[in-house]
Amino acid sequence: MAMLSFERKYRVRGGTLIGGDMFDFWVGPFYVGFFGVATAFFAALGTVLIVYGASQGPTWNLWQISIAPPDLKYGLGPAPMLEGGLWQIITICAIGSFVSWALREVEICRKLGIGYHVPITFGAAILAYVTLVVIRPLLLGAWGHGFPYGIYSHLDWVSNVGYQHLHFMYNPAHMIAVTFFFTTTLALSLHGALVLSAVNPAKGEKVKTPEYEDTFFRDTIGYSIGTLGIHRLGLLLAINAGVWSAICIVISGPFWNRSWPEWWDWWLRLPIWF
Amino acid sequence: MNIWTALVAFVAALLTVAMFVMADWDLPPVKNTQTGYRGTAMVEIDDIERLQASLEANQLPETPWELDTSGPRASEVYENVQVLGHLSSDQFDRLMVSITEWVSPEQGCAYCHNEENLALDDVYTKVVARRMIEMTWAVNEDWMDHVDQTGVTCYTCHRGHPVPQHVWFKEDPPGPTRGWAGYTAGQNTVSIGLTSLQTDPFTTLLGEEGEIRVESLDALPSDHVASIQDTEKTYSLMMHMSGALGVNCTYCHNTRAVQDWEQSTPARMTAWHGIDMVRALNAEHLDPLKPVFPEARLGPLGDVAKVHCTTCHQGVSKPLNGASMLGDYPSLSGAP
Repeated sequence: MAMLSFERKYRVRGGTLIGGDMFDFWVGPFYVGFFGVATAFFAALGTVLIVYGASQGPTWNLWQISIAPPDLKYGLGPAPMLEGGLWQIITICAIGSFVSWALREVEICRKLGIGYHVPITFGAAILAYVTLVVIRPLLLGAWGHGFPYGIYSHLDWVSNVGYQHLHFMYNPAHMIAVTFFFTTTLALSLHGALVLSAVNPAKGEKVKTPEYEDTFFRDTIGYSIGTLGIHRLGLLLAINAGVWSAICIVISGPFWNRSWPEWWDWWLRLPIWF
Repeated sequence: MNIWTALVAFVAALLTVAMFVMADWDLPPVKNTQTGYRGTAMVEIDDIERLQASLEANQLPETPWELDTSGPRASEVYENVQVLGHLSSDQFDRLMVSITEWVSPEQGCAYCHNEENLALDDVYTKVVARRMIEMTWAVNEDWMDHVDQTGVTCYTCHRGHPVPQHVWFKEDPPGPTRGWAGYTAGQNTVSIGLTSLQTDPFTTLLGEEGEIRVESLDALPSDHVASIQDTEKTYSLMMHMSGALGVNCTYCHNTRAVQDWEQSTPARMTAWHGIDMVRALNAEHLDPLKPVFPEARLGPLGDVAKVHCTTCHQGVSKPLNGASMLGDYPSLSGAP
């Protein structure tokens, strides 16, 4: 596979965390590394186990295949393979591949001599997942509190957990997380639209420079955060979206097991009312 | 920095601290009860301290003395014993002592009886009490689908109060002349389960044969019509049941299809019979007592106090945590 003109300078040796030079090579355009191998291993094993679980289940309908966590009676112990044990192993595989991927990103950062912004931000998403299937179940005392791996079935889980707290949108951390998710999407769509407009000029016109981009936003909303600033903002929004969604689910159950609207009674408890 | 900016920042910081300090947080560990298939999150998560408090708040009262069903009948010993005449006089006395303890511990016998002549029916509460004993029998005999073998006694509802603490009256429906917002449909006053849903779902849904089902069975628009008001009234009744039993929606329903019986838990069947029971008790036993009550005991629309789920349940899924008192008081388990 042909190498892009600027690609050669990124293909430098070293920066690995484990294995020295052993896995320090590329396959086509892809860096491998020890964690690339680990990612492939966990992802393949997890996928095979999901397919095996589906083969033992009642349906091959993609929407309805579900790998459910164990019954609550197994607590924090291992469950029989077809009664939640598969879910436990697949969870280990998922975390293994996510974390390996993040560490592969770390190795690439080290090769490029840049900061760890990308793996840290991906880490926020991993944190949200680990909170759902490990931290919260640990705090509640049973793996059965994890969500099932299925397209429809995980929605049932979300619906029931939401109704258990009457109205989940009153969860203050959920409010913040949702706001960050929406703002991330808004910022990305504004940024993407701007860049696509700038680099795809009308026929006969030149590609527009950042000065044009700044001018566009200064004209429309009175302020432009700038080419570097938008990426810092995106980082801040994305990390917060992940971290606050982890917070909003870890407090639901372990630290608050009534309706979320009731939580707002803190306002009525303020010692300022007579 | 502008003084106002500083002030706003200070107040915001205070409120943020207050959220953490003043909210009534729970702490793990919790008690888990699974109510549905694994992975569906059909679980009850209960705070252990709260469970302990509810356990302590729902203890059975002590029984006065050992039951003795031999000896002369109450109807032979006393005058005007209309419904309990078949009991031995000892059993009758014991039940009277217990009822006093359950219903009017402070007011004593005089709450129902003319102390000059206990046989007279001139105190209205005695007439009510007689009917309530018949109601207790009706519950324990005809509504086993709901109360099972556990049954109820006077204490299940009264808990030491002459009028049970949790009863309902019909509410004055807010008229159409309330400011520019017009008809409020009884909404937007903090009420059931801290919601702004209708405050009185009972008159229609528990008093008469109201239609609780509002959910359409079709995913796509169809000719199924349920108004927002009807839907929220049903939601309001469900919030009432949730608070009355101290459980969440998933105690009975899988919320992905709350109307679907096949995905519901067995508890929903018990609750369904309970709704029927409450309707029957209100219609057959409580409403007919209206002429007996003095005006002060009636609601704003002149109706009698009626029962709903909280009347017996009082925050726990099985009243008195499922303990039965009928073993100690067989006279209450049914008509002779």
